[in-house]
Amino acid sequence: MIRFQSVTKVYAKGEVALQDVSFRVSKGEFLFLTGHSGAGKSTILKLLHAEQRPTHGDVRVSGFLVSRLGRSEIPRLRRRVGVVFQDFRLLEDRTAEENVAFALEVTGAKAETISSRVMRVLTQVGLASKMKSFPPELSGGEQQRVAIARALVNDPPILLADEPTGNLDERASRGIFKLLRDINVGGTCVLMATHNLELVRHAPYRTIELRNGAVVFDSAEEDRTAEAAT
Amino acid sequence: MRLILREALQSFRRAPLLSVLSITTIAFSLFTIGLFGLVAINMREALRDVGARVEVVAYILRGTPLESITVAAQDISAFPEVLAVDYIDEEQALAQAQAELVEFRDAYRDLRVNPLPASFEIQLKEGFRGADDVAAVAERVGGFGFVEDVRFGREWIERLDQIRNIAGLVGLVIGIAFAAVAVVIIGTTIRMAVLQRAREIMVMRLVGATDWFIRGPFLLEGAIKGMLGGILSIGLAYGTFLAFSRNTTALSGLVFFDPIHLVAGVLFGIALGLGGSLVSVGRHLKDV
Repeated sequence: MIRFQSVTKVYAKGEVALQDVSFRVSKGEFLFLTGHSGAGKSTILKLLHAEQRPTHGDVRVSGFLVSRLGRSEIPRLRRRVGVVFQDFRLLEDRTAEENVAFALEVTGAKAETISSRVMRVLTQVGLASKMKSFPPELSGGEQQRVAIARALVNDPPILLADEPTGNLDERASRGIFKLLRDINVGGTCVLMATHNLELVRHAPYRTIELRNGAVVFDSAEEDRTAEAAT
Repeated sequence: MRLILREALQSFRRAPLLSVLSITTIAFSLFTIGLFGLVAINMREALRDVGARVEVVAYILRGTPLESITVAAQDISAFPEVLAVDYIDEEQALAQAQAELVEFRDAYRDLRVNPLPASFEIQLKEGFRGADDVAAVAERVGGFGFVEDVRFGREWIERLDQIRNIAGLVGLVIGIAFAAVAVVIIGTTIRMAVLQRAREIMVMRLVGATDWFIRGPFLLEGAIKGMLGGILSIGLAYGTFLAFSRNTTALSGLVFFDPIHLVAGVLFGIALGLGGSLVSVGRHLKDV
């Protein structure tokens, strides 16, 4: 589903964000990306939805080779990769329903299917009752649910979450995390960048830790090593 | 397509102030160009009136047979530059002189012999009233054996040529300068509108809208603004034109733009709006 092969990313100012990073993620997997700010988590997510391109190495996502993606192919990739951010990135002058519908409209979905799809996905994230509310009228957790609904409405096989609980209190964070797990159970591959170690520690998911742009820990490798030892 | 139209129209609803500002900016920029254009076409009109008075006068030797004169008049009429040839015989010349030169009326009255020669008064077609053409015609007419002398006011025709050239050049330069300023101002206004919707563009890109889908509403919005600005500028120019032509008798006979000019003005507005949007959105698509 996702493959990073010897990926190095150097930004224009010479800052090295990733250095020789390789890993694979299988279909339907849940993966935590951890590490301090600036460790390279966000860069990995940016490479995955073609907001950035690798300086060296190959990034493959759902059949697309990001390193050689033409500009006109980027939208096709993005429809297969949902993204949510710490700051939600909702349009504040549109209702929850309109925010979600917008993602379908601008990708050319059939008009008659839009409202039922929006309704379905808002129900999935537990916000059907607040679909007419504007983002400023919603709590942080609710806004993030709208953002998740928007990311899911095109039925992408991959969902990227960049510090999705970063702006939320403990309770709301747990709610969002539970939602992401439910989504994963439904078959969607979820990559979640976070430095909420509390969440990471108590969840039975694969974790990749980054430091200064390099992978310093991959729990899948650990498991494999452990298996080999026994 | 319906979505593009809806999004374009919504931008007017969401940011009415900015929209009005863009439209008035476009309108005033075009209005400035339009005012200048009005001055230019009226100046051209005035110069054309003056130009119509350019003529070549050929004086004819006394005693030339009338047949020769008639044949020559036909020849001259056939010159490509010539609009009309009038034959003025001695009697008519005297009558004209008495009528036009009031100061010498008495002197002419006492004459026993008419001292004035017969002549051809040759009017030239529009486009052949420049100094070179007039001189060429004069030379050819001078070639007839019975033509004693040819006059055509060389100096003032050359001066007229100069004025025409300067007016044309100044018009071109100022026109281009105004148009350039208009493009910059309109581009800035539209860029403001695009910046205001940077978040929307970002979200559209995030969820996988194609570049043309993102551009669509902005281009349509720019075109609509340009069109409204164009129409408004015509209204302003017409208002100004009416105010001027009603209140000043010195400037009677002022002319307004042809319908073709007006259509061109609105199309120019649309082109400005479209161009400005295209540049602004294009730059923004790269930024986000």
